[in-house]
Amino acid sequence: MKQTLFDKVWDSHVVRSIDKGPDVLFIDRHMIHEVTSPVAFLGLKNRALPVLYPERTFATADHNTPTLNQHLPVADPLSRNQLKALEENANAHGISYWGLGHKKNGIVHVVGPEYGITQPGATIVCGDSHTSTHGAFGAIAFGIGTSEVEMVLATQCIMQPKPKKMRISINGSLNHGVTPKDVALFIISKLTTSGATGYFVEYAGEVFEQLSMEGRMTVCNLSIEMGARGGMITPDEKTFEYIKGREFTPDGAAWDKAMAYWETLHTDEGATFDKELVFEGSEIDPMITFGTNPGMGMSITKAIPTASSVEGGAATYKKSLDYMGYAEGESMLGKPIDFVFIGSCTNGRIEDFRAFASIVKGKKRAENVTAWLVPGSHKVLASIKEEGLLDIFEAAKFELREPGCSACLAMNDDKIPAGKYAVSTSNRNFEGRQGPGSRTLLASPLVAAAAAITGKITDPRTLIQ
Amino acid sequence: MAYDSFSILTSTAVPLPIENVDTDQIIPARFLKATERVGFGDNLFRDWRYNQDDTPKADFVLNDATYQGKILVGGHNFGSGSSREHAAWAVYDYGFRCVVSSFFADIFRNNCLNIGVLPVQVSAEFLAEIFESIQNDPATELTVDLHKQNISLASSGTSESFEINAYKKENMLNGYDDIDYLSNMKSEIVEFAQNTPL
Repeated sequence: MKQTLFDKVWDSHVVRSIDKGPDVLFIDRHMIHEVTSPVAFLGLKNRALPVLYPERTFATADHNTPTLNQHLPVADPLSRNQLKALEENANAHGISYWGLGHKKNGIVHVVGPEYGITQPGATIVCGDSHTSTHGAFGAIAFGIGTSEVEMVLATQCIMQPKPKKMRISINGSLNHGVTPKDVALFIISKLTTSGATGYFVEYAGEVFEQLSMEGRMTVCNLSIEMGARGGMITPDEKTFEYIKGREFTPDGAAWDKAMAYWETLHTDEGATFDKELVFEGSEIDPMITFGTNPGMGMSITKAIPTASSVEGGAATYKKSLDYMGYAEGESMLGKPIDFVFIGSCTNGRIEDFRAFASIVKGKKRAENVTAWLVPGSHKVLASIKEEGLLDIFEAAKFELREPGCSACLAMNDDKIPAGKYAVSTSNRNFEGRQGPGSRTLLASPLVAAAAAITGKITDPRTLIQ
Repeated sequence: MAYDSFSILTSTAVPLPIENVDTDQIIPARFLKATERVGFGDNLFRDWRYNQDDTPKADFVLNDATYQGKILVGGHNFGSGSSREHAAWAVYDYGFRCVVSSFFADIFRNNCLNIGVLPVQVSAEFLAEIFESIQNDPATELTVDLHKQNISLASSGTSESFEINAYKKENMLNGYDDIDYLSNMKSEIVEFAQNTPL
């Protein structure tokens, strides 16, 4: 039978299929962080259950961590307590723990690939919706709730009905100044935040083939923002090249055996999807969001759509624009901004900082802009220094912080003040996401850099050197 | 037995006719710092419910004593965004046992099912009728019958059936959870794991 990439990986991990119910799915690798795991460990304790396979779970601290002075004790007692709980739980159960200050520490979806935990054909889960990131390697990766974290710790399985399958193909190539983030925001703007709910997405076509692994991670990361559980891309030479030689990647005979499996991981000719969408790369411009969900995005040069021209209720749409302080029909170009955030599991990798540097090099940060540059991991931080990007940032009056989720969800002190506008390379522009009352404009690192230099929404193509 | 069982619930309902309610609104990230599952109901819809000085916002439905009940009725695409189960915990801890909408985000729906809150998906037309009925008479009652997979509106007698897979239905009727099931198939899992290299 003709199978899709998704079928091949899913079906090979089904331990038992329940009639009129979910599949029992075996999980190869499980990542945990401090926010969604403590209650799961408490559940294990209450049921007197051990962790079945501690070597399959990896712990990193990221959501709560400060991005300044990480060598000092964490000031917020609640955050400190949650970080301590992660460390104690990991140690008590023999789970690898990369805490604050550890050289491998960073955002869970950045460090997974960096150390080869993420591999093609694997099932990977984490109590975080952006686990979809790992699908860039041809893995089935998705976010789960804390009850499911407990299930994976106790049994290495979760119970899920098999999702429907969608393929999104983008042919051709991308225009100058258009990045993977723009591709994702473009797709979400077409599908809305619920357009892929119930589906698992395969991204296919020349545009995705041409993307780097970092770029593929950015696209897969944002799959959840159109409601999809996850998104995946066929592993190819770029994938194998990326993972080879990393700490948790197999080597020697194990590598050859793994490659024999990985090379089978593609959608068979003639395999069918429940839904297929096709776009052209040339349709995509640099994007920006103007509302309070990631589906409210548009080409940076366009005007904010009218309520009557969009799907859904007018009342909700108007509430959203009121929150943002914007009106229908306005242009986004030239609107003043207050903050710029570059980082997160979406755009906190080395390529993102290279892109940011390509625009800010030789220029100066606008006086009215506060900018937070937060690498996704210590490894990214080290590369920024090694490649000389830090010198470019400092000369342009930017300060580099220490790794973590930071202002993406503002669980630490990195909060955008009420009413202020932030151009952010993160993944969600929900009300208050970056701090109570904050207003988020999601965009690529290039758009963020252009805003940081000019102090207003600017088409980055006018600044590209 | 891991949580409350659910069979039939008759209750008035709290209407929230807003679309795309995301889990950051249901419970903002800054309230996710607990290490135990207690007190999340206090921060349910925190930033819609309270001003920044912690005074209640009079125009938000949870602050309006007119609307009470164990059923929350939300707009299309309820529970989108973050996978935080804290959102489902907050809904439960506040006192809701059922959420009704015309469409649910996937992870939120799953989280609800895993803790004993029943997500009931109805047609857009029925959802509109429910909102209108509650607006006309806040004492309007809804009955959710899990055995029959049916939801009905007392005022008009209108009813609709809803979907839930047979496995999850059985779990909710009995208060079982997935770990109960998975623990009983441990030897099968261990055998499977032996053929699945790390």
